[in-house]
Amino acid sequence: MASHYEAPIRKPLVIGDKGYHDVTVDIAAPVEGRANKHWWIVFSIALAAFLWGVGCIIYTISTGIGTWGLNKTVNWAWDITNFVWWVGIGHAGTLISAVLLLFRQKWRMAINRSAEAMTIFSVIQAGLFPIIHMGRPWLAYWVLPIPNQFGSLWVNFNSPLLWDVFAISTYLSVSLVFWWTGLLPDFAMLRDRAVLPFQKKIYGLLSFGWSGRAKDWQRFEEVSLVLAGLATPLVLSVHTIVSFDFATSVIPGWHTTIFPPYFVAGAIFSGFAMVNTLLIIMRKVCSLEDYITVQHIELMNIVIMLTGSIVGCAYITELFMAWYSGVEYEQYAFLNRATGPYWWAYWSMMTCNVFSPQFMWFKKLRTSIMFSFFISIVVNIGMWFERFVIIVTSLHRDYLPSSWTMFSPTFVDIGIFIGTIGFFFVLFLLYARTFPVIAQAEVKSILKSSGSRYKKLRDAGQPLYQISNEAPKVSLVTPAKAEKVEDINQETVATDKKDASSLLASIGTFDAATQTADDLKKVKGIGPKMEQTLNQIGIFTFAQVSRMTATEYDMLDSITEAFPGRAQRDDWAGQAKTLNNNK
Amino acid sequence: MASKVIQAFYNDDDVLMHAVKKVKAAKHHIEEVYCPFPVHGLDKAMGLEPTRLAITAFMYGCVGITVAVVMMNFIMIEDWPQDIGGKPSFSYIENMPAFVPIMFELTVFFAAHLMVITFYLRSRLWPFKEAENPDVRTTDDHFLMEIEIHDNESELRDLLAGTGAVEINISEKDLH
Repeated sequence: MASHYEAPIRKPLVIGDKGYHDVTVDIAAPVEGRANKHWWIVFSIALAAFLWGVGCIIYTISTGIGTWGLNKTVNWAWDITNFVWWVGIGHAGTLISAVLLLFRQKWRMAINRSAEAMTIFSVIQAGLFPIIHMGRPWLAYWVLPIPNQFGSLWVNFNSPLLWDVFAISTYLSVSLVFWWTGLLPDFAMLRDRAVLPFQKKIYGLLSFGWSGRAKDWQRFEEVSLVLAGLATPLVLSVHTIVSFDFATSVIPGWHTTIFPPYFVAGAIFSGFAMVNTLLIIMRKVCSLEDYITVQHIELMNIVIMLTGSIVGCAYITELFMAWYSGVEYEQYAFLNRATGPYWWAYWSMMTCNVFSPQFMWFKKLRTSIMFSFFISIVVNIGMWFERFVIIVTSLHRDYLPSSWTMFSPTFVDIGIFIGTIGFFFVLFLLYARTFPVIAQAEVKSILKSSGSRYKKLRDAGQPLYQISNEAPKVSLVTPAKAEKVEDINQETVATDKKDASSLLASIGTFDAATQTADDLKKVKGIGPKMEQTLNQIGIFTFAQVSRMTATEYDMLDSITEAFPGRAQRDDWAGQAKTLNNNK
Repeated sequence: MASKVIQAFYNDDDVLMHAVKKVKAAKHHIEEVYCPFPVHGLDKAMGLEPTRLAITAFMYGCVGITVAVVMMNFIMIEDWPQDIGGKPSFSYIENMPAFVPIMFELTVFFAAHLMVITFYLRSRLWPFKEAENPDVRTTDDHFLMEIEIHDNESELRDLLAGTGAVEINISEKDLH
């Protein structure tokens, strides 16, 4: 079909010989398998950090904001630094899924799910800081415009801090809905594959009863497109409004009109860096290298390089404007940043954000996974320093030299920051174990245009599909149990017996007197029903399954007719071998 | 009321598209097609009407901006006008620039959430809703076309058998 055409010059986005079912198996694998030791180690560390953060938050709230390192000059420091840092990270998800959807960038499909998850989890971290900073978080609802007992004293709609409340809560809720709507078909896939009743129930609940009707898909695509159209200006507005928190003030170093675009570019920059950090690990741990390819990492590196350069331009523009404005206070603020007592923070920011992304001009470096990971960490650190520099260096030298001072964080400041990192990773690790981490329905829809298997077929001039002339199996089904009651093709039953005996001849028979049956359900791809079928044929042990080769798989398929090719793709023999050895 | 349906399974989206066109050309009404992923052009081939969800989103957005204007006019101008930073709140229009961010946010908020709620209700999606796809393979790699049978079972069976279907089921179905 013409719609599947893609220019041959484009590299495949899904590598390996993958058909639709392979995508299902690969993406369900991390969810259906068990967590390994590394997952538990990382999860424990993250949980410990999170609990330490909870302790520090409880201490802050019970004792007061005085437990932080703030003083009368630097009255806003790590809290707002961390807030802006997390909000910035929370920009890449919507950017990838919305802006790249509008631009029809197919490579977004392998990474949008995780990037959106990252967005939601990091906006949750960001939201914690203003609430903690209120001191009395149980009064947080006072930021909402609700009638109250104070002579209807309302919130101030002229204040950027209130705009922030609206912007961040709209952003969080719309991102969540966008993410969840995209998840419905993928939860449905997990639901329909689930073997245990509990998992079937949970994924059935999460999938909202998604059935995949043609009309549902039509609406689904329309909703995705409109949400992308709404989310694109939304994501730009959020960081614009965050920058208003500073830009509408009269503090030298904050009072600049370049802040909105500069903050948005910085947010995309740091967000993509965090996506790279997370996905480089996840593709390895979840064996998703065929979906999140080096090409994906390279493209994200190019975005990092581009936005890093925009941020660099903004830094230099700021310096120029300070000089050109002729305002001494402004000029001093920037001179102090670069050469004052916080010079190390300023130059760390410059090195990490402006200098380090320039390495990505070299193809060798931007396609190196280790180097990309390293740069992504460097950029995360650099973007934290950017916010620290903007906030603390602008405040610590105020209009009155007698009150000039420095800021040093207490263990509580540090603890809350570490705690949010822990909380973020706790959420992300739980997500990686229970959610389909790649939008598999979307990946399947581009498989024929961008999958390696189909690209090869097209290059070879072979058709991508064939309409088979074989007569399909026709059967009558009762709705109550959906069990096949009457098989119209009667002759297959007769051949079954013959096939079964020849199958057993090659893989060995089972003797109930001397051997014990294994739990074949441990093999991924064998459910209770399939186990029953295998037992009927006479297959009871891992040893038998491990002796199966392509010919035996074919025989099995011709007997069961349930999931043609499933056994081979899931590699039952290989799995059974390992299970047999570990018995 | 129970009716009899014939369900044809396909394992390729292109084969499905050919089959849909063939069935439509033979003037049969396709009851439903279940797919594991969106197949482009399927809705047109089946003769489905375009969805109007985008129009509802626009209308919800209009509601959102109206709510924002009415709310802020009442709170900032009428109920308790204040003189903030030497800029007194005499009229909505004069103070409007400060209200633009909230007007925008509420437009997006209303448009996005109400459109998604409309989608969920129209497509009957909510927690605890039972899935209605007739076969679990339709969320994996199989496509299922369902046609109602009106005393033309063998005709439909022969037609579908020639479209490259991998499996054909004939079943009783409860209609809601």
